[in-house]
Amino acid sequence: MKLNLTEEQEMIKKTARDFLVDKCPKTFVTQMEESETGYSKELWKEMAELGWMGLAFPEKYGGGDMNFLDLAVLLEEMGRACLPGPFFSTVVLGGLPILDLGNEEQKQEYLPKLISGEKIFTLALTEPGYQNYDASSVTVEASPDGGNYIINGTKLFVPDAHIADYLLCVARTKPENGITIFLADAKNPSIDCAILKTVAGDKLCEVVFNKMPVPKANILGQLSQGSNMVQNIIERAAVGKCCEMVGNIQQVLEMTVDYAKERKQFDRPIGSFQIIQHYCADMAIDIDGARFSTYQAAWMLSEGLPCTKEVAIAKAWIGEASQRVVALAHQIHGAIGVTKEHDLHFYTRRAKAAELAFGDADFYREIVAKEMGL
Amino acid sequence: MDFGFTEEQTKFRQEVRNFLEEEIKKGYWEPTCDAWIQGFDPEFSKRVAQKGWIGLTWPKEYGGQGLSYIDRLILTEEMLRYGAPAACHWFADRQIGGSIVTYGTDEQKRELLPKIIAGEAYIGLGMSETEAGCDLASLQTRAIEEGDNYIINGQKTWTSGGSFVNYFYLLARTDPEAPKHRGISEFIIPADLPGINRIPMIDITGTEAWNDVFFDEVRVPKKCLIGEKNRGFLQALEQLDYERSGMERLMGNYPLFDAIVQFTKEDKLSQGTIIRNKLAQLRIEFEVGRLLIYRVALVMDEGRAPNREAAMSKAYSTAFEQRLAKIAMEILGPYGQLVSNSKLAPIRGLAVHSYLASKGYSLQAGTSEILKNVLATRGLGLPSS
Repeated sequence: MKLNLTEEQEMIKKTARDFLVDKCPKTFVTQMEESETGYSKELWKEMAELGWMGLAFPEKYGGGDMNFLDLAVLLEEMGRACLPGPFFSTVVLGGLPILDLGNEEQKQEYLPKLISGEKIFTLALTEPGYQNYDASSVTVEASPDGGNYIINGTKLFVPDAHIADYLLCVARTKPENGITIFLADAKNPSIDCAILKTVAGDKLCEVVFNKMPVPKANILGQLSQGSNMVQNIIERAAVGKCCEMVGNIQQVLEMTVDYAKERKQFDRPIGSFQIIQHYCADMAIDIDGARFSTYQAAWMLSEGLPCTKEVAIAKAWIGEASQRVVALAHQIHGAIGVTKEHDLHFYTRRAKAAELAFGDADFYREIVAKEMGL
Repeated sequence: MDFGFTEEQTKFRQEVRNFLEEEIKKGYWEPTCDAWIQGFDPEFSKRVAQKGWIGLTWPKEYGGQGLSYIDRLILTEEMLRYGAPAACHWFADRQIGGSIVTYGTDEQKRELLPKIIAGEAYIGLGMSETEAGCDLASLQTRAIEEGDNYIINGQKTWTSGGSFVNYFYLLARTDPEAPKHRGISEFIIPADLPGINRIPMIDITGTEAWNDVFFDEVRVPKKCLIGEKNRGFLQALEQLDYERSGMERLMGNYPLFDAIVQFTKEDKLSQGTIIRNKLAQLRIEFEVGRLLIYRVALVMDEGRAPNREAAMSKAYSTAFEQRLAKIAMEILGPYGQLVSNSKLAPIRGLAVHSYLASKGYSLQAGTSEILKNVLATRGLGLPSS
């Protein structure tokens, strides 16, 4: 057992921290929240040049040959910086599933473009009325028609679909009634995309497929055998989201401790009051619990170990722990923390979005219950 | 990062499990809550000693195994999982032996360590006093030099071990003129010296697990002083880090966890959404606590006393144990109130025992409030109040 980062991971962390402090100040985050696209092409290009998109992909596709645990370190820094844009969609929801499920031809076709920053990817999974993060509730249909499948129906909360070049669309294939993942051209005119306005200011979309044809060759993995693959994609996405959240709440704690040291009331720093100290201690406990449970799941994913339970533990924990952390941070920051003058709101809003993404604590508690044999 | 165990560690864990299952099968004892602190069974401690499992982390030159704190954590985790009666050797193994290794004289090491390792030296902790709880440095028990001896007068309380301990670890004031933190020394003394009187305390569960210990003109040879005179408080602070470090803070009532999960499965209660949700949440909290405690062992393996890390894991874990007991009581409904020897008592009365006993978990070895002070000031750098 070891909990420290490798030298290479320390390097990723430091490079990412320095780069993002420089390139992703909160003024930029605000601009991106207010912009139509939600990302900067210039920054996207620089990230690609740093090798970030390709970090966890094999060298033969132009990647950095590192693993998911290394990527976890980068995601943590992105969460700390509230980095806007389609990195998570492209790499975690798009690229890694292609690496896992794609045939060699598909990988050769798509991964180099993803790694170079040329193309943006995302995952279209959830639907209106969707309850669970699993394939069983998928109703969007794909019916065979000559050399194509025709996809019809509405997907919701699809991140970055408005700027994506490709969508991994999870559909129910007729007549087998199984689940299939299609790699669809996101610019196809038979797709209508509407941006939803979200608490975190990120770009989640409603995506309507109006009988869109997708060539059979664009099936990712096996026809109608996609249920387990979808579960793997969701598990990895949940852990990736946890990594971002570790960075988020760690930064919230640091901001809060700094504030408690500086802010004086009754002629002393408020951080000298025991109640404030205990609030901060409670935050630190929640965060370390989040950190270790998240990295445990990331390590298991990286090692290819089955980790349904560990993923569920991490996501259930962090969903609620992050809410406790930001609530205490607000209490300690006082009134300034509920204004847009202060940075705390960026973290609070993202923590809420992350809690909902890929399953909340109730969803994962039920998974843990099943794993316990209840 | 690596959250896995080595092959040897996995084998060792299995060996410990086999040993404990065999013990239960032979009917030597049955799993109980709080067995690490209340289960005094000298014969069990000797059998553990025969396996070489006391003093696992101590250097080989003193008869230890020179293994890591992760290894010891694997051992103690399994002891706790099975609710094994390890109280006789627990304290010496956890903190006093290590303190002797660090601060003891050669003579003390030669005399005491082999006895601890053999499962024959049972050491009760004489720290708290009636007027010195959280503010331990205000303790008043005096040790006055007189020739080759110290003369000890005073009273200790919450000393674990009842009639079983044959040694006391003692914090006493050796310089009343010095600032209170700087006039205290540590001693390890035989428990049968003239002038020592032990009066059992009955705790809220009805158990005689603790003692008031009175010292009346007790003559202690100077060789019983551990480390440096008047620096005992600082030495003890480090020891407290070790005292707080372990899995007993999370798994002291683990047999209850197992039992209540099993009970809900058998009773089909576990099909209900609310109960599933509660038990799953407990499992999540348990696994998080377990990681916090493994982190503490890694810190110890780096050669550092686990100050803020142990403060964190203990404050977190004892709160978990209290929630476990609370939820077990909720699940059992009116049956939950039935104590172990009552007609109709479910799951051997473990829930109600733990419900009561767990009130003390967040007090022993540093209250949760003191621990959060440590975490905030020493861990996060907030200014002292």
